[in-house]
Amino acid sequence: MGESIVVTSGKGGVGKSTTSANIGTALALIGKKVCLIDTDIGLRNLDVLMGLENRIVYDIVDVIEETCRVDQALIRDKRCEELYLLPAAQTKDKSAITSNQLRRLIADLRDQFDYILIDCPAGIESGFQHAIAGADKAVVVTTPEHTAVRDADRVIGLLEKERIATPKLVINRFRKQLVKDGGILDVEEVVSILSVDLLGVIPDDEHVIRSGNAGEPVVWNSASLAGKAYRNVARRIMGEMVPLLVQEKEQNMLVKMKKWLGFA
Amino acid sequence: MAKVVKPSVLIKGTKDGLLFFLDDSLPFSIVLNELKHKLLHENASHIWNGPDMRVQIKLGKRQITRSEEQDLREVFSARKNLHIHTLESDGIPYLLDSPRKMEMLTGTVRSGQVLSHQGDLLLLGDVNPGGCVQSTGNIFILGALRGLAHAGSDGDESVIIAASIFRPTQLRIHNIISRPPDEWKESENHMRFAYIVKEQIAVDKMNHLSHIRPEMEWKEIGRKFG
Repeated sequence: MGESIVVTSGKGGVGKSTTSANIGTALALIGKKVCLIDTDIGLRNLDVLMGLENRIVYDIVDVIEETCRVDQALIRDKRCEELYLLPAAQTKDKSAITSNQLRRLIADLRDQFDYILIDCPAGIESGFQHAIAGADKAVVVTTPEHTAVRDADRVIGLLEKERIATPKLVINRFRKQLVKDGGILDVEEVVSILSVDLLGVIPDDEHVIRSGNAGEPVVWNSASLAGKAYRNVARRIMGEMVPLLVQEKEQNMLVKMKKWLGFA
Repeated sequence: MAKVVKPSVLIKGTKDGLLFFLDDSLPFSIVLNELKHKLLHENASHIWNGPDMRVQIKLGKRQITRSEEQDLREVFSARKNLHIHTLESDGIPYLLDSPRKMEMLTGTVRSGQVLSHQGDLLLLGDVNPGGCVQSTGNIFILGALRGLAHAGSDGDESVIIAASIFRPTQLRIHNIISRPPDEWKESENHMRFAYIVKEQIAVDKMNHLSHIRPEMEWKEIGRKFG
């Protein structure tokens, strides 16, 4: 029986789709069978990030309206054998599906996949309600900014109301340098406000933008710190204990300084 | 010799409806039982069935607690056509002000959530920005107050709001609203509380509370010096 995980945030633009694409790819690289579902009907993005836009024939609304079978709509990833995408419809809107229909669809997919990642639209309206309907677990994405943390808090409240097992937190676009200036919130502050378990901290990394535009999730890039952080998140989802990624460049600097001063 | 028992419940019909006189010299439970007997006895049901009726209840010199009032209303709820219109004691408020009871709750009040409460509230948990705690009495938070707290929401101006970590976005006591200074000094490690002084909300360190509310201060019993 597969596990369904919704990736949500409340606020837009914090990296839900990027996180979905990368966690999904990372899980598939570990050898799991993964299905990504884009529920942002009308504003689909996940297919672009995965570089699969030109392969779409059928979408989630076609499946729900029974215009096609599920396996006809599922698109296999370019490189991963065990990674599939169920794209959203671009010509319809959120009212095209209902919570129950999505719940049934996910129940069908459970037999075939180890993980079903549901990419949730921004906001807390019907699209959000549909996306969380069939989820067992939730990953809440936020950036270390007050606005994003506020919205994440609201979303966590709503998830708890829906009795979805304690949401886990991913802090995206983290910049150590800005924390030092006091410009953004620190990881501890965010975790203490939201009081949920931390699943990972993704450093701000330009590779993420580059690879997103190239249609290739950043986890493929072994040189990228963000890619490594996403791989760690995937391992934590599978239940492994992985220490939080220290922002390496900085540690190196510190070690260098210490060496230079003769401490280490 | 059988004692002549005065009925503890007297009912009178007036043009405005029914008047219930409840004897104040007997224990309330006995009065309530008699009332139950009169209202609910099967032989009596035909008397009560009829058009809607306004009911005025006179408690004499007795004052009752909220739970007694609830029991009383429950007895009357069995007769759908009887509507309690007034409930009064002679010249005094009918409700006995029970000693303040504090309720303890736990959990996080997140953005968009409202915790509404009657009486004093002890919250073991955080109130996040965008979250709101509202209470008719005092609010004490063992945790971080980062959202909105509204104490004394039905008019009590003597209440306070206290929190271990005091970073509210806004404070309200009764109908007075205050926005705390935008910059909180990080070095402020003392637990603080808010109260009303001269129609304004003031925030002070917890150890000053005993000067501001001397009646609340605990006093050592025992030998007095000098």
